[in-house]
Amino acid sequence: MPDKIAVIGDKDSVLAFKAAGVEVFDATTAEQARGLIKKLSQGQYAVLFIAENLAEQISDVLDKAKTQTFPAIVPIPTSAQPTGYGLRGIKSDVEKAIGVDIIFNKED
Amino acid sequence: MAVLNVNPTRMELKLLQQRLRTATRGHKLLKDKTDEMIRRFIEIARENKRLRMQTESELCAALNAFKQAKCSVDERLVQEAFVMPSRSVAIQCSKRKVMGIEVPAISIKRSDGEQLYPYGFLSVNSQLDESVRGLDSVLVKLIQLAETEKTCNMLADEIEKNKRRVNALENIMIPQLTETIKFIKMKLDESERSATVRLMKVKDILNK
Repeated sequence: MPDKIAVIGDKDSVLAFKAAGVEVFDATTAEQARGLIKKLSQGQYAVLFIAENLAEQISDVLDKAKTQTFPAIVPIPTSAQPTGYGLRGIKSDVEKAIGVDIIFNKED
Repeated sequence: MAVLNVNPTRMELKLLQQRLRTATRGHKLLKDKTDEMIRRFIEIARENKRLRMQTESELCAALNAFKQAKCSVDERLVQEAFVMPSRSVAIQCSKRKVMGIEVPAISIKRSDGEQLYPYGFLSVNSQLDESVRGLDSVLVKLIQLAETEKTCNMLADEIEKNKRRVNALENIMIPQLTETIKFIKMKLDESERSATVRLMKVKDILNK
């Protein structure tokens, strides 16, 4: 069973995670991130956090990983404001499962 | 709807009737399964949304603090401070079943006794401490978020697949079977009638 966590993102924003004890890999371009995800998915990584700006560029890789149990690839905000990419992911899930988005319309 | 390509015999009729029964029962079961999955999915999706919004704001706050702290300290010192993290996070993963699909169950294990800050307090400022502490606490939530989000993803996928199955049964399999059964019954009735007529004719000829 995989048992490691990693963070992928640009150097400055992921450095802080290092102190918390998470493994950190820096990637600045979409290609680098793609390669890293491919490499880390084969390793013992259960959870991969990836910076939102990178995740947006390689959404095809993320979509493919969605149906497997491991690893769980989670986009996280690294800039001052969340871009809303993560929330859009939930929205699209709801749309896929139910047909219409009933969760976001009601509360916002 | 097309009739299946089968011989109109009693044997075939029996088989098809059996298949129709199975298909109808399967259809009902799958429909119930979809309903239950959707019910659970909505719960999990709500939780996912709540968790994500909370985590995102906390994480942003921690990262902002980190950025500010970094501005006031020499870049190299910060790099140096984080070269050797003093603690490591271990997680324990297992698989959990939700409606027959395997989703990850992740729990975090960490040694609280160890020192959180991997650096000496002389070289950096207190803002950095704060951001590291914030990040450390948000990590638990991040792991939770990962688990919920994965469950949500997988459940959505499964619901979609299940819907296709239900549709295939409802709109293709069941009508096809019903139609074929009807066709075979008609054929059998027809041949029975023609046999009767033939007998009557023969009797007529013999009587003359």
